Amino acid sequence: MEYVLLIIGAVLVNNFVLNRFLGICPFLGVSKQMSTAIGMSGAVIFVMGMAAAVTWCIQDWLLAPLNLEYLQTTAFILLIAAFVQLVDIVMKRFLPALHGALGIFLPLITTNCAVLGVAVMNVQNESSLGISVLFSVAAAVGFAFALIIFAGLREKIERANPPRAFRGVAIALVTAGLLSLSFMGFSGLVK
Amino acid sequence: MNEWLTPIMWIGGIGAFCGGALALAAYYLSVPEDPRIEQVTNELPGANCGGCGFAGCADYAKALVENKTSPDRCPVASSAAVQAIGALLGKAVVASGRKVALVLCGGCNTEAIRHFSYNGITDCAAAAAIAGGDKACSFGCLGYGSCLRVCPVNCITMVDGVAKIDSSACIGCGKCVAACPRNLIQLVPEEAKIHVLCSSRDKGSVVRKVCGVGCIGCRICVKLSDGAISMDGFLAKVDYTKPPLTNEELVEKCPGKCIRKVG
Repeated sequence: MEYVLLIIGAVLVNNFVLNRFLGICPFLGVSKQMSTAIGMSGAVIFVMGMAAAVTWCIQDWLLAPLNLEYLQTTAFILLIAAFVQLVDIVMKRFLPALHGALGIFLPLITTNCAVLGVAVMNVQNESSLGISVLFSVAAAVGFAFALIIFAGLREKIERANPPRAFRGVAIALVTAGLLSLSFMGFSGLVK
Repeated sequence: MNEWLTPIMWIGGIGAFCGGALALAAYYLSVPEDPRIEQVTNELPGANCGGCGFAGCADYAKALVENKTSPDRCPVASSAAVQAIGALLGKAVVASGRKVALVLCGGCNTEAIRHFSYNGITDCAAAAAIAGGDKACSFGCLGYGSCLRVCPVNCITMVDGVAKIDSSACIGCGKCVAACPRNLIQLVPEEAKIHVLCSSRDKGSVVRKVCGVGCIGCRICVKLSDGAISMDGFLAKVDYTKPPLTNEELVEKCPGKCIRKVG
């Protein structure tokens, strides 16, 4: 039950994009088409899960014993960026099909604030390795959920005829605000 | 160890370790790219117009090498370039021939009537939205240049209120075809010189009232052309899949003066 609540909390209640406002740049940047939104979502889920594991290890085995917690941000960014690049190279070599689907999105999320945010949050919550990875994947699923809903909305708006002043980014931002507002309705569902 | 050396060493160490790992991975796990992709890209025109349906010439070259498409998709490449690509890929290619855009309307201001004075924004779609456009013929070229603004090589000019396309400069990307609100522009084989320059589907009597050079549906050309021109309702149409027309008699005998030799 605890895990279910953790997942619901991360996906709906404390949605990364719509409640915590992390990862806004890909949320606006790659939400013009459903196909790219799905690709990006897959890549984010993959990277966030992996990054959580890597950062947990570096935090618990290296930074904490050496009393270097204040270097958290630097170390995490360094590690996540290098790790994603490594995954990119390895995936291209051994899993070309997966690389074809996620490849172009991987470098985009190396220094994504959502990825870094989830790593920092795991440290703050002092969670174990398993819980960290579970929380990260759930948070990424929440991100994917928001991104895909938003891409669907934007595809519809693309064909609609908003007033000239609202066309393009303006109407996208208004839509994002309304979507965020509706997600606020989930607050209180899980403590 | 003192309190500033430790963090420098560790962060530096992590950085060096990650850098080394990436360098090794990039060296040992690199995927060799097919050298033919670059060769094919060089053979393509490099216009990056998207006429083939791919995101530019390099993307098309990649799809070609991966055998996902055929070399005749490029509307710009000369037949020699297409043959060269076919040779690189070890495929026999029947070149589809270069295609150029043609405006199927000859109703210039001196021949076709404009039944009111339009002074809104200079855009064909906008003009067409107001009472069906100022041109009395509801199929004619409006002449407000929506096509010439999308042309990537600037080969379209307005001559007396009708768009004219310079077929020697046209790359056949088809952007003007999509831009024309009246669907007057068509991609035709470069070799074809004799065309029916009218798109009006109105009856002959209606056409005569609004334009001096419209197709009146008399069928004279159908008899003379040996099947290369056929009637579509009240409009004569050239079948461009057949060998190009050469019979100049068609031009002389057309009573509507809409069959013309172009280029």
